[in-house]
Amino acid sequence: MALAGSKNFSVLPGFGPSLGYTLVYLSLIVLIPIAAVILKTLEMDWASFWSTVSSPRIVATYKLSFGAALLAAAINSVFGLVLAWALVRYSFPGKKIVDALIDLPFALPTAVAGIALTAIYAPNGWLGRLLEPLGIKIAFTPVGVLIALVFIGLPFIVRTVQPILEDIEIELEEAAASLGANRGQTFWYVVLPMLWPALLTGFALAFARGVGEYGSVIFIAGNIPMVSEITPLMIITKLEQYDVNGATAIAVVMLVFSFILLLIINALQAYTAKKTGRSF
Amino acid sequence: MSIEVKKLNKKFGDFTALDDISLDFKPGELVALLGPSGCGKTTLLRIIAGLEQSDSGNVILEGEDASDTHVRERQVGFVFQHYALFKHMTVFDNIAFGLRMRPKKTRPTEKQIHEKVMSLLKLVQLDWLANRFPAQLSGGQRQRIALARALAVEPRVLLLDEPFGALDAKVRKELRRWLRKLHEELHVTSIFVTHDQEEALEVADRVVLMNQGRVEQVGTPEEVYNRPATPFVYSFLGSVNLFNGRTEQNRILIGENSFQHEHSLDAGADVFAFARPHEIKIVTDMNADGLAAKVDRILSFGSSNRVELDDLKTGQLYEVSVTTEELAALQLKPGQQVRLTPAHLEVFQSAD
Repeated sequence: MALAGSKNFSVLPGFGPSLGYTLVYLSLIVLIPIAAVILKTLEMDWASFWSTVSSPRIVATYKLSFGAALLAAAINSVFGLVLAWALVRYSFPGKKIVDALIDLPFALPTAVAGIALTAIYAPNGWLGRLLEPLGIKIAFTPVGVLIALVFIGLPFIVRTVQPILEDIEIELEEAAASLGANRGQTFWYVVLPMLWPALLTGFALAFARGVGEYGSVIFIAGNIPMVSEITPLMIITKLEQYDVNGATAIAVVMLVFSFILLLIINALQAYTAKKTGRSF
Repeated sequence: MSIEVKKLNKKFGDFTALDDISLDFKPGELVALLGPSGCGKTTLLRIIAGLEQSDSGNVILEGEDASDTHVRERQVGFVFQHYALFKHMTVFDNIAFGLRMRPKKTRPTEKQIHEKVMSLLKLVQLDWLANRFPAQLSGGQRQRIALARALAVEPRVLLLDEPFGALDAKVRKELRRWLRKLHEELHVTSIFVTHDQEEALEVADRVVLMNQGRVEQVGTPEEVYNRPATPFVYSFLGSVNLFNGRTEQNRILIGENSFQHEHSLDAGADVFAFARPHEIKIVTDMNADGLAAKVDRILSFGSSNRVELDDLKTGQLYEVSVTTEELAALQLKPGQQVRLTPAHLEVFQSAD
């Protein structure tokens, strides 16, 4: 590791300024707002904090927000990988367009996405109309929330996996085949282990985005208490009632949960890195 | 195991990689496929392995047509130029890979696998590296691990694609000798691709010389070096001086000079003649017979001394090797004019 005091001359020096900039920037953009959230919450006493964050209606939203975000990230990990695979390994007409379409959920204002999804999946929408007779309801149910989160999370997986997939030498697969491995074994034991870090990163990003997502979800969710309300909506509701402390209390709980989950993902990253020789 | 390829053809778009290749490899032989880059040698190797399909023709392994057999059923060991080791596995797991991928019925127990892997690691003299990852090894070590991995599945044939191409000169030389020794121990039919003539001549039992998708000559290293069948082989193996000329009775005319030759050639035909650097004599007497040339540089290091000369008329570069005693006797100076007389000429008639 190159520390500031080492005698090595690097081509682009600047450990001091870059670390200083990093710390200042992180403080201004991330740490100060988060500290404010925590400080605001500290104004509450423990009893009212606990009664706010553990009321049944709020707890139901945690389950939906975190559950749907995790599930959506998992679904995207599978299908995002398939998509990335198709884009990297094959050439087909319209490939460039498909490639561009993947970024659309990034670019689209989330409210637009939410309205579009609702229009499609509402009982009188294009798809909703077909599903309604089958007894399948998507809009205004937790399934609708899941679909919105899958929609906005897709680019994260595809864009993290794609470059890694491009770098995998075909020779490795040929070597596996010449050693007698079948297609499934080659994918499972040779290709997938190399994709794990990217998949985990993409999963973490998609999950984090899903937990905090508001715009695209509230339209399709229908916001039925105890059924399809998400935690960010609760925060907004509290704010609209001028209950700032209540809002920050929920925010702190979300922060803690998210932090723990991201920490677990990071630990997994470190574990696989050690096991697969990326760090010794 | 014997390998036979029959009338193989392969095209990549407009580029002909293989043009009607038929070859025979005897059991236990170590054969080099030698040729310049783009001559089709790697394509041929990959088709034998089953990593590539030929447009037409057959690959026959042990008398059985394997043209439609998938690479994983061909039981060939393939060693890649850039090793293709699985970076996320330890050296041990890399070598064990082939055995662990076997169907349950034929898969050895973990204990047997352990024994096999350790014995292979000993064979390649790297048993102390079992728990390292490929990134922690040097290039030469990686290639030996790649070889051990290929041998673990007890292949019927060992195919090596430029196995030492990515290594530096010293390691290359060591591994060359080591591969030769290993082959003598194992006697697996082996084919390796190389563009390095020294490597091919030093290691192989037989050399297949390829150029532009065709086989130019097949033979032992002595045969191809001493009796090249085609002008390509002559110029590809070792350094060589080329002379353009014309035949006249039993002499050939090169410029205004004529030389004896013992080949049967049409009279008045255009020919080109080759002479190795050690087959040319330098004469300082300008009245003697021979090509007039001017000394350009004298390179005296190593076991032989090389003199580079320019043809006085055409400016063509010649290379002559002389012994240290000869060099002392000749007392050459750069810029000096001399005459060159080839002691031996290999003459080929021009195709047109």
